Amino acid sequence: MTRYLLRRVGQSVVVLFGVSVAVFSIIHLVPGDPVRLALGTRFDQRTYDALVARAGLDDPVLVQYVNWLGNALTGDLGVSFRSGRPVTELILERLPATLSLAFGAIVVALLIAVPLGLVSALRPRSAVDYVATFVSQAGISIPDFWLAIVAILVFSLTLGWLPSSGYVGLTEDPVEWARHLVLPAVVVGTVSGAVLTRFVRSSALEALGEDYTRTARAKGLPRRVVIGRHVLRNALVPVVTVTGIQLAYLLSGVVIVEVVFAWQGLGQLALQAVETRDYPLLQGAVLLFAVFFLVVNLVVDLLYAVVDPRISR
Amino acid sequence: MAAEPVLAVDDLRVTIATRRGPARVVNGVSWAVAPGETLAVVGESGSGKSVSVLSLLGLVPRPPATVTGRATFQGQDLVALPEEALRKVRGPGIAMVFQDPMTSLNPVLTVGRQLTEGMEVHLGLDRRAATERAAELLDLVGIPSPRERLASYPHHLSGGMRQRVMIAVALSCEPAVLIADEATTALDVTIQAQIVELIAELQRELGMAVVWITHDLGVVAGIADRVAVMYAGRIVEEGAVDDLYADPRHPYTRGLLASLPVLGDRARGGEGRHPADLAVIPGLPPDPVHLPPGCPFHPRCPVRADERCATEEPPLRPVPGARGPAPHRVATFYDLPPEDRR
Ligand SMILES: Nc1ncnc2c1ncn2[C@@H]1O[C@H](COP(=O)(O)OP(=O)(O)OP(=O)(O)O)[C@@H](O)[C@H]1O
Ligand SMILES: [Mg+2]
Repeated sequence: MTRYLLRRVGQSVVVLFGVSVAVFSIIHLVPGDPVRLALGTRFDQRTYDALVARAGLDDPVLVQYVNWLGNALTGDLGVSFRSGRPVTELILERLPATLSLAFGAIVVALLIAVPLGLVSALRPRSAVDYVATFVSQAGISIPDFWLAIVAILVFSLTLGWLPSSGYVGLTEDPVEWARHLVLPAVVVGTVSGAVLTRFVRSSALEALGEDYTRTARAKGLPRRVVIGRHVLRNALVPVVTVTGIQLAYLLSGVVIVEVVFAWQGLGQLALQAVETRDYPLLQGAVLLFAVFFLVVNLVVDLLYAVVDPRISR
Repeated sequence: MAAEPVLAVDDLRVTIATRRGPARVVNGVSWAVAPGETLAVVGESGSGKSVSVLSLLGLVPRPPATVTGRATFQGQDLVALPEEALRKVRGPGIAMVFQDPMTSLNPVLTVGRQLTEGMEVHLGLDRRAATERAAELLDLVGIPSPRERLASYPHHLSGGMRQRVMIAVALSCEPAVLIADEATTALDVTIQAQIVELIAELQRELGMAVVWITHDLGVVAGIADRVAVMYAGRIVEEGAVDDLYADPRHPYTRGLLASLPVLGDRARGGEGRHPADLAVIPGLPPDPVHLPPGCPFHPRCPVRADERCATEEPPLRPVPGARGPAPHRVATFYDLPPEDRR
């Protein structure tokens, strides 16, 4: 198990190194002068010189990369062209909002997908199954921003139960944090949950048809034990992976939903970086998304080894 | 054999609704086993052996299956029993060992857990007592260092060891009847012989009734008391093992026996044999959705000595000279002359 863990961490480091090269290249692949492009009409020579010097763009490329990587490793991702503030600071500001939304949404998704997928697998081609299939099909095809607008209209504007927008820090006010989180998390989680439901259903159906499930029934175990201990545990093994992919995707920001809910997350930050050609900020965001992805994958693999003893050695 | 049967199946019929129409998979099967007795149910692949026993325990989903007939076990009719009562029969009443030990154990649970869970449910043991007994059971079925093995997962074990675990699971609640459905088919020949021997030994020790299901007459020659030969969901011949092997009366039984090169030493492990070897009888068993009229075997039958073979189902009747309460019986309209065996 430890060796498996070390090997996986080692692999992640190698991948991360590759990603860093790609991210670093962003600024050099842009045709023309990135700083001039970023400044646009606000160009003046003094700002320009300061930014170029600060970004070290006059040095040879290899030196620039080594410096950049060294700084990145110590948490210094450079200075935003646009705001002049450290990129790391800008990202850290947004991180709690994104983490709250991503994890909140995944919890909602699992709360929807596991029971719904299991119930429809237990009664395939029944009314429950058709309703579940319809709901998850709808969840996949309905655009999330539409769902977001409807949710705001109903629960915020009409019923007045929940705030319609904004993020409140968990440490500032836990109750308000939760109240603000509910709507966006439910909207995003419903979409993810719709995808996951299909996976839970098909893997539960598969587990139900396996020989070991027949063995469990032949032992005379109560139905809930057969389902909970034998079917569900096996069915969740592949679901772990899909959940991880969903989580990694959510961590890199759900831009449109963030915009609708005025949710100051990383998605909006990355979007701004693209719009304003703020390359250091974009580099920082992309690098962070890559790290998220690798970490989530690592955790998924470890979880996988926990739920499926055949993996670990 | 004169003892009161512990499980008596009477006119069992199973029809399974399929997209192509109803599949008549089991068509009036009757047999009985007494404590300490071994009944072998033999027949080609697809003859309805598995479905007939699975349906007794409610392990064939209804629907699409419908089951009729009676199966008397300890004074209850299993066919009519509600699911919850039937669940309590599975395990302590009737236990099963399945064909494929590679897939029949749960890959994500330890061997210990898979042994203890049944005992916790049926015997009311707590986890510690159940674990204690689980180790004893592994020892009983001949697994070395049983205590360490409790923490193993199925993928740590070889096929033969897994089948021993399956047997331990089946025995854990001291069943009155053990049904072994092709329990050795997936194993190497030497392991096959060990498993056959193991079950026979445990049976002598525990006095349970055993139903051995196999398509290989050779496997059961040494251990069965009685043999029932199944074809297309019917019993076409049955009798004491010696009578049936010495004087097979049904052309199908003769075909099956002819596919065994040397009788007798097979049980202790000779050549490996697979369903394909039964190609000695040309043709295939009928499709249960389109059973032929008359004797289900007649399209493949080399004899067809009676014109009714194609139109009427031959009933199972005692062979001339058969005696006793459970005589040698055969489902033919004619009597074949004694076989000329080299
Ligand atoms: N769920 C099902 N739906 C439709 N047909 C089925 C179903 N289960 C079994 N059958 C059919 O019933 C027949 C008997 O199957 P069964 O598994 O009992 O055969 P068997 O004698 O045990 O054969 P084997 O030696 O291959 O195990 C086969 O023709 C099979 O196709
Ligand atoms: Mg079978």
